Amino acid sequence: MSEAISLMKGNEAIAHAAIRYGVDGYFGYPITPQSEIIETLMAEAPWNTTGMVVLQAESEVAAINMVYGGAACGKYSMTSSSSPGVSLKQEGISYMAGAELPCLIVNVMRGGPGLGTIQPSQADYFQTVKGGGHGDYKLITLAPNSVQEMADFVGLGFDLAFKYRNPAMILTDGVIGQMMEKVKLPDFKPRRTEQEIRVQCPWATLGKTPDRGPNIITSLELDSASMEKNNLRFQAKYRQVEANEVRYEEIKCDDADYIIVAFGSAARICLKAIEMAREEGIKVGLIRPITLWPFPSKILFEYADKVKGMLTVELNAGQMVEDVRLSVNGKVPVEHYGRLGGIVPTPDGVLEALKDKIVK
Amino acid sequence: MLQEIVIAGFGGQGVLSMGKILAYSGIMENKEVSWFPAYGPEQRGGTANVTVIISDEPISSPVVNNYDVAIVLNQPSLDKFQDKVKPGGVLIYDGYGINKKVQRTDINVYRVNAMDESVKMENTKVFNMIILGGLLKISPMLKIENVMKGLKETLPERHHYLLPVNEKAIIRGMEVVQLENKAELKV
Repeated sequence: MSEAISLMKGNEAIAHAAIRYGVDGYFGYPITPQSEIIETLMAEAPWNTTGMVVLQAESEVAAINMVYGGAACGKYSMTSSSSPGVSLKQEGISYMAGAELPCLIVNVMRGGPGLGTIQPSQADYFQTVKGGGHGDYKLITLAPNSVQEMADFVGLGFDLAFKYRNPAMILTDGVIGQMMEKVKLPDFKPRRTEQEIRVQCPWATLGKTPDRGPNIITSLELDSASMEKNNLRFQAKYRQVEANEVRYEEIKCDDADYIIVAFGSAARICLKAIEMAREEGIKVGLIRPITLWPFPSKILFEYADKVKGMLTVELNAGQMVEDVRLSVNGKVPVEHYGRLGGIVPTPDGVLEALKDKIVK
Repeated sequence: MLQEIVIAGFGGQGVLSMGKILAYSGIMENKEVSWFPAYGPEQRGGTANVTVIISDEPISSPVVNNYDVAIVLNQPSLDKFQDKVKPGGVLIYDGYGINKKVQRTDINVYRVNAMDESVKMENTKVFNMIILGGLLKISPMLKIENVMKGLKETLPERHHYLLPVNEKAIIRGMEVVQLENKAELKV
């Protein structure tokens, strides 16, 4: 039994992982069900140890713009919120995508629309992967399904964000944020020195050096021809991300007649439903997208020939189902089952939907 | 081994912390554990419940259909969760303030007069530990020394002087738990 195993909430795991990854600054504003992130950071007081800045901003809008400022200096900057707060951040996210600034945003989703409820939801899928802000941009989106992945994806999110100079998001919900599980936190990594940042981020606005001209970070480009060039560069980058960074998990798909597609908390609930279905002789497997963008279209297309039907299970009215349908391109029926407004589906409910909609 | 447990009662009764101690105790035995609260806007006086799963295998869903064990600490929780106990499963309740009893005959029902006992011990804060003692007596899913280790992990160090009184409360719970209905299972 190692001391390295802890029992903690998903939200707490994110906070600890951020400190251990060597994050330079967290800027946020409390909102249920993710307030434990800022609470844990405040309690850990990393400004005394690693020098990490933790700041409760005056609003979500202020927080995302503080992230912009930190990121422009090449710092590991992050924020977190829940659905209504993340809506407020969309302008800042679009600006960061346009200015090619890497950062990490955590959305612990709750039921909407509007102020909605504080209970879990996955109804911000469209907002996240289709661009909640304006303009042709993409957000690298990671969907953890355990407290362990909450911890692991902080580092992964920053790695991808900096690799592609693009904002990354951890898209999770009140189930994973609030539940406690065993977790092995990543090892401590020192924060980068300014010299290291200069090497890693030659674009960062850290002050001009004699060997180069001034760095300018902006999303503004009034000359349309140049702006089109910028957009084409972004698109080329997005195609690279799509080619290199798709992540998913396949469970019990080898002999499957049917496939459930689910991410995050819904995928956990589906695992139980799949065990129950297999006890009844229904051969069903799970494909769990880990990156929601880039979406694992290829593997779904490959399975379209092998199975009789697919069911997406989401805590929403049917959002990812559209991407699954696009992926299989009509080759196999794809149905959706979801609960709305903060209700979490049960394994029984999933099994019943599977029988009703797919296994006829 | 797979135990799916729900603990439900008023906020402030120690529902969530009892669940946390159970989960920690599970870790002490190298089990897989999950703890999922029905988090709500309620604090003290509102309703609270938590699902704790302790298993030898990795845990799939933190949300389950039915429970092996339901620990209910007030009437609304008893009303809500008695139908969700698996046939042959266990329901433990504190008699204080319960006037509508358990209807089901196909589950094992145990009563722990934890509120009364905690008053006798002149420390109503150990209420939830007395209940926990009752659970450990009837369902020895965890060893008491591991529960004590779990308790130590959950309590901040400045409160460690309270460990002996909590242990006493657990033992008291083991003594006072009484069977009220033995499950009649239709085969």
